[in-house]
Amino acid sequence: MVDKQQAYVRIEGVSKRFGDFVAVDDVTLDIYRGEIFCLLGGSGSGKTTLLRMLAGFETPSSGRILVDGRDMSTVPPYERPVNMMFQSYALFPHMSVEKNIAFGLEQERLGRDEIRRRVGEMLDIVKMGNFGHRKPHQLSGGQRQRIALARSLIKRPKLLLLDEPLAALDRKLREHTQFELINIQKALGVTFIVVTHDQEEAMTLSTRMGVMNHGRIVQVGTPSQIYESPGTRFIADFIGSVNLFEGQVLGEAEERRRIRCNELGCVIRVDRHLPSAQDATVWAAVRPEKIHMTREPPDGLAQVSPDTENVARGRVRGIAYMGDASVYLVALDSGREVRVTLPNSARDAEQRIGPDEIVFLSWHTGSPVVLTE
Amino acid sequence: MTQNLQTESLRARRVVMGIPLLWLLLLFLLPFLIVLKLSFSETRLAIPPYAPLLEWLGGVPHSALHISNYAFLFTDPLYISAYLYSLKVAIVSTFYCLLLGYPMAYVIARAQGTWRTVLLMLVVLPFWTSFLLRVYAWIGLLKHNGVINNILMYLGLIHQPLTMLQTDFAVYVGIVYSYLPFMILPLYANLEKHDGALLEAAADLGARPFTAFVRVTLPQSIPGIIAGSLLVFIPAVGEYVVPSLLGRTDQLMIGRVLSDEFFENRDWPLASAVAILMLLLLVIPIMLFQRSGGRELESHH
Repeated sequence: MVDKQQAYVRIEGVSKRFGDFVAVDDVTLDIYRGEIFCLLGGSGSGKTTLLRMLAGFETPSSGRILVDGRDMSTVPPYERPVNMMFQSYALFPHMSVEKNIAFGLEQERLGRDEIRRRVGEMLDIVKMGNFGHRKPHQLSGGQRQRIALARSLIKRPKLLLLDEPLAALDRKLREHTQFELINIQKALGVTFIVVTHDQEEAMTLSTRMGVMNHGRIVQVGTPSQIYESPGTRFIADFIGSVNLFEGQVLGEAEERRRIRCNELGCVIRVDRHLPSAQDATVWAAVRPEKIHMTREPPDGLAQVSPDTENVARGRVRGIAYMGDASVYLVALDSGREVRVTLPNSARDAEQRIGPDEIVFLSWHTGSPVVLTE
Repeated sequence: MTQNLQTESLRARRVVMGIPLLWLLLLFLLPFLIVLKLSFSETRLAIPPYAPLLEWLGGVPHSALHISNYAFLFTDPLYISAYLYSLKVAIVSTFYCLLLGYPMAYVIARAQGTWRTVLLMLVVLPFWTSFLLRVYAWIGLLKHNGVINNILMYLGLIHQPLTMLQTDFAVYVGIVYSYLPFMILPLYANLEKHDGALLEAAADLGARPFTAFVRVTLPQSIPGIIAGSLLVFIPAVGEYVVPSLLGRTDQLMIGRVLSDEFFENRDWPLASAVAILMLLLLVIPIMLFQRSGGRELESHH
């Protein structure tokens, strides 16, 4: 359970510079007990450096990190109450699976029987009970991943850092392992901080996530907050696919709710007041699955004119069949291409809209997210 | 078509394999067989100074296979003591090479880019000068009124010059100095491949740097330790130049015994027996080791 009373991990104004390069730039972040917090970003966004500072492999150039209220600045990695699961798994190749898992407990100088019992329990948790005597090179990628997880959990850390935990697994195994990770996290009550570049992985795993870019945290929120209400064009574009339409806010007396958009050849109406000034340039982000595509104009509309609200006309340029859905590329009269996703709810291909058909695109007033930066 | 390609590649492989095979045949196996044959023959004051193994006495073939050379090695304590002394010198020298070479190889393997190249260069640099000259140079350093004694006297640390030349110490210094690169290079090649993430994982699991070294780095470097140790130990057992120039006069190493028997006494058969026995002493333990331990180590990689 997530305990929001007090931050378990507190990152206060942490920066990390390598020479002239700023890898992590003034990051402040609170992570709560019991969370699965994903740090999501592209390569070079600083997410891994931030994780390595939490583990103690890098020291912050400025700022500080507190775990459970204790300043970690001067604590070496081997004394931190934190464990890490490495991207490469970093299993000791000369030790058996059992020895690998026992390593952490041996450092605590526990008794031999105690170690054997706990290693056995942990092997059962990761469903690898019969593999204790194998060497890492005798295991498959998925099995190694489990052993790496078991080894990082054996000391019962309150905080587990996971560096791209699923990156080395194939797609099917990854989906399966995701749910298992969540189950284990719940069962053991550990706080997870996961670094990933895979937005799908971040979405399904995390209770909250932080999107990183150029060493900064650009937005923190639940997966649905970040997907449905991205704060910037970068995030809207980074998480999932999106259509971004540039337009100007129309000046209206009581409440500004409309944007003139020349690319679309229509007006975008939204369901809330726009704080931007009249004629200010804004971007409306509309997710492909939130656009309706029809052969006939909606609501008995006869003609699409520049003053029509939330309806645009175009021609189907390309269709990508994905099985469960199809992605359409629709060219508008302005030449702008719009991406639309339609679920393939009918098996019959006849009913689907085909290439080169004239189509009408429409959306609800609640669908566009208006961004100013 | 594929059939042709296959026979073609098979032929090419045979040629490629054949070259080193021919080399070993001509320069190792053939001389070895000659020496082996010699070791079973009898000494003669003639040219060549040994009797053939098969003689025709009055039209009857008469075999002259002698094991007396080997028997003699065990009757004269000179040989046994030379063998034991050689083994002792080789073991101690290998140990010191490892003690010095491991940290050096470790530092080189951890060094960054240019530094690493420079350090490796420095390890190989002595090879630019003749091995013999470098051992001679040690005489100038170690002798009674040599560089080291002069410096120590000047500093007032000693009042009488130390006797360093013609001691075991000088032999160890000479062998360790000469063979250190052969320890460092295979160790470096091994340590350089180690995955840094493993040490981070060990630290993450609570191991202090020393424990992490002992439990992670050291076990994984065993193949390198073995390779380096063999490269030092084997030539050290038969070392001739270093003990001749720097070593004791009252205790010979087996290399010196071999050369004396051959060149001074002109007893080729006995010299051959000395050589064969030395070879057996070295090869049999190594073969046994490779059969048992080698395979186990191999499976880690």
